[in-house]
Amino acid sequence: MLKRFRLEEPESVKDASDFLARHGESARVYAGGTELLLVMKEGLIQYERLINIKNIAGLDEVKLDDGVIHLGALATHCKLASSTLLQERLPAFVQMEKNVANIRVREVGTLGGNLSFAEPHADPGTVLMVLGARLVAGKSSSSREIPVEKFFVDAYETCLEADEILTGIRVPLLPSHSAVAYLKFGYLERPSVGVALFLAVDGGGKSITDARIAVGCVGPAPRRIEEAESLLKGKGFNEASRLISKAGEIAGDASQAISDLHGSQDYKEHIVQVLLKRAFHQAYGQCQSGGKGQGGLHG
Amino acid sequence: MAKLTSKRVEGQLIPISLTINGTLHEIDVEPHELLLDVIRDRLGLTGVKRSCDVQVCGACTLLLDGRPVSSCTLLAFEARGREVMTIEGLAQNGKLHPLQEAFIEHGGFQCGFCTPGMILTAKTLLDENPDPSEEEIIEFMQGNICRCTGYKKIIESILAAAKKIKASSSRI
Repeated sequence: MLKRFRLEEPESVKDASDFLARHGESARVYAGGTELLLVMKEGLIQYERLINIKNIAGLDEVKLDDGVIHLGALATHCKLASSTLLQERLPAFVQMEKNVANIRVREVGTLGGNLSFAEPHADPGTVLMVLGARLVAGKSSSSREIPVEKFFVDAYETCLEADEILTGIRVPLLPSHSAVAYLKFGYLERPSVGVALFLAVDGGGKSITDARIAVGCVGPAPRRIEEAESLLKGKGFNEASRLISKAGEIAGDASQAISDLHGSQDYKEHIVQVLLKRAFHQAYGQCQSGGKGQGGLHG
Repeated sequence: MAKLTSKRVEGQLIPISLTINGTLHEIDVEPHELLLDVIRDRLGLTGVKRSCDVQVCGACTLLLDGRPVSSCTLLAFEARGREVMTIEGLAQNGKLHPLQEAFIEHGGFQCGFCTPGMILTAKTLLDENPDPSEEEIIEFMQGNICRCTGYKKIIESILAAAKKIKASSSRI
């Protein structure tokens, strides 16, 4: 059962940040509650105050803003999954959003809440990492942008300061001849392994000009795996195909996988390798057909 | 992050008005009250069930402005100014909804515990997609768990309800 708490309902980021500054660790931002209320109901954590930021106007917008896609932190998973802008520009992200938890969670849960809660078994952070996203954090008098790689510190821990609120996510448009794939695996409600890959090829489709790899769910926080990316850059398809198993091995090793209810460390590392290989073939094929950021999901 | 506070928190009442199955209710809720408890214990509508309590099973499904939510993990104040539909609100003028009829005719339930959530989720599906394929039904309904039927009869019921709705609307 939930213990009693007080509710504050600020109408601006400044007011919300002021509440957080005033009440410190006894208060927590509420942006949907699909994660937060679960741990509060279990009695694992209690707050004297929840700061409901859902009355702050404009924080749920999804728009193209000066060549960058802006995702408002309060956009729900359902809203993101049904956005025509995202379906056109970031189909791999849409595909991921369509498969977050179940329809009831997607209806209420927000992207900003998902990222800020930093539950390790979550999809969005991993995909945003290969998309080169930057997170916008606001407080009373200022705001800053944080590269998504720097955002996650540990399980349930982000680099947000005590009085900072995640207000939006900025995602650059994908270049031509590029594609994103996100594959996940899991047999429980939450994903056990998530692998995201961004690939760009040159105009003729002969060689890989850029690659970004991220692995999530297996350990405390999603991680970008640059050591594996460098293996693919500058390579042609045949050579990269030969190296992809090695890249997967490096990604598994670097993923900080841990043994838990979802599987042993070895098992998860193996799945990382398998999913990266599949993601590579999927993304490469889409790059060549000129598609932008098509993506799929198995799990 | 874990922090347990033992400090006693003063009560707070939030006046809300919400429509439940077409009837306007004005009630005061405390911030920590869950919609499921308000609907079941304070308003006496017990069609909605508590089961897993972690948004996985779908037994506590209610429609909020026509969209399915897990009322076990939704704060009651969130229903402020909105329309709630429970299974009790589905039949109109004593006539069962085509989904309810189809679940009966096709054996879409056994113990019945998941059925209110199943039917309300299926209603959302048919409202947005009147002619779903079996695959689309499976995908949409994957967050609603049944431990008796093996799902086959549920899928058949939803397909049959879609046909019924289509047939009745083409008669008008």
